[in-house]
Amino acid sequence: MWVQAWNYLINHPDKIAKWTLQHLYIILVANALAVVLGVLIGIYISGKGRERIAETVIYFASIMMTVPSLALYGILMGILSALTLPSIGFLPVVIALTLYGLLPIIRNTYTAIREVDPAMIEAGRGMGMREMQILTKVKLPLAVPVIMAGLRQAVVMNIGIAAIGAYIGAGGLGQPIFRGIANYRNDLILIGAIFVSLLAIVMDLLMGGLEWLTTPKGVRIRRKS
Amino acid sequence: MIKLEHVGKTFSDGTEAVKNLDLEIKEGEFCVLLGPSGCGKTTTMKMINRLIPLTSGKIYIDGVDICKLDQNELRRGIGYAIQNIGLFPHLTVWQNIATVPMLKKWPKTKQRKRAEELLELVGMEPDTFIDRYPSELSGGQQQRVGVARCLGADPPILLMDEPFGAIDPITRNKLQEEFLKIQAKIKKTIAFVTHDINEAIKMGDRIALMRAGELVQFADPATLLSSPKDGFVRDFVGADRVLKGLRLLRAKDVMQEPPLTVKVGENPMRVKALMEKDRMRWAMLTEDEGHFLGWITCDDLQESKRIRDTITPPTITASLDTPLNEALSMMFDSAIGTLAILDDDERLVGVLSFEIIRDVLGQQVDEAKTEPCGEGQ
Repeated sequence: MWVQAWNYLINHPDKIAKWTLQHLYIILVANALAVVLGVLIGIYISGKGRERIAETVIYFASIMMTVPSLALYGILMGILSALTLPSIGFLPVVIALTLYGLLPIIRNTYTAIREVDPAMIEAGRGMGMREMQILTKVKLPLAVPVIMAGLRQAVVMNIGIAAIGAYIGAGGLGQPIFRGIANYRNDLILIGAIFVSLLAIVMDLLMGGLEWLTTPKGVRIRRKS
Repeated sequence: MIKLEHVGKTFSDGTEAVKNLDLEIKEGEFCVLLGPSGCGKTTTMKMINRLIPLTSGKIYIDGVDICKLDQNELRRGIGYAIQNIGLFPHLTVWQNIATVPMLKKWPKTKQRKRAEELLELVGMEPDTFIDRYPSELSGGQQQRVGVARCLGADPPILLMDEPFGAIDPITRNKLQEEFLKIQAKIKKTIAFVTHDINEAIKMGDRIALMRAGELVQFADPATLLSSPKDGFVRDFVGADRVLKGLRLLRAKDVMQEPPLTVKVGENPMRVKALMEKDRMRWAMLTEDEGHFLGWITCDDLQESKRIRDTITPPTITASLDTPLNEALSMMFDSAIGTLAILDDDERLVGVLSFEIIRDVLGQQVDEAKTEPCGEGQ
């Protein structure tokens, strides 16, 4: 089986590259959407007096995570076809992954902003910062590394879930896996599984680097000591 | 000048934090808002920069009603320092100091230059510290940066909420002294909140003592100590208020001329005769330029030895600005029970003895007795 997989790798690098790129593309689009939406939602619910809304939003985002992806694809297919939008392939998968990615990003944004030392916010306000300036100059720079950690979690998790997307025709590294299952081709299953794992590991490392890069230097020093 | 007229604050839960308060802080005055926790002192301070909106009354700064000003413009014109400092960890020391200049959109180079000046002012080497991050500073250094930051755009008014509250007593004492020196130079109008009577006495030109949202007594520290208006004030300043009064005086205020100073090279026997004639227990030896060398006692003087070789060197000396309470403790460490006072060039300028301090205390007690009811009664 390992030999066959190796032969497949040697003989069809183009196919493997295509699946990997498709997979990556789905992940990038979905998580880009998730981070934009998640951060905006996170900022909104971290506002003063929105504790109840925050609880509800995070509760629903958590419930979202427990819905099996196949079930979610099914539901989305129903909704999308009712809206006369493409109900299989790229669109439903991207929507599903965006929804899955939201929870870690919303939760981290919310927690990071809420946990900024109130003394800093008071100092900023007392020196005449507008609320928007407190957000952009104090809260967000301190929250970004935590938000990045959430994004990292979302990306790695979604790489696994995206493989199921091949079932509804979105392509990606799920394709050799499903094809292998249907045709008793263990080598294909192995290829898919290995590349999904590799992609997850590589992305995790990259996102870790990004997390480090976005951590303000002054905060990094504190962590070291 | 800051003027509070019938100022009141009732929070949404119904707590009346400040009741009908009238207070006037003069230009360049260091006003301490003092009181137990929950007395409304911090609320009062925060109403001046509208961090807490007032429920009733008016606050004027230089005759202008603060409620007529843009809230953020008002705040950018008032320095603000708090106990927890609240430095921004992601910004360097100079970026922190230049927060208000940044908000006021000064050019970058001017911001940095201003930060340099202010670091110098608070006693931190600009080249060493300007590009550091708050996490690389000690607590005391952070507090200095906090003070520098509140002076960022050179505001005429400073609001300070226990700015030296969270640091160890030794550093606190040092920072207080330094801040007084800075204030003597920059002469800001200051509202300074504390619950520490000692800090209030040390720092304030006038102290506004508050209780349950009301102003109980507003007076200079000496008056507060010598003529407490009522039992609450007397309890708050403490049973040792007479001793506390010592803090208000410095060595230069009460020191006396040394009874006998002797220059090096004098004849020991002549000095001995002089001392025996006036029954002096000691005399003081100085160099020609007036530098203090040590104490001479009659018994130690010998004809065959130079005076220099028979003296008792000083174990401890005080400066002109040493507060009397410190001077008093130093006397116990002094070999002779008397303290030599040296000027900035280490020249002998006077002495302090237990007798002098006793007389000062006696005067304070007398003053208190002659006006036992204090003002307003």
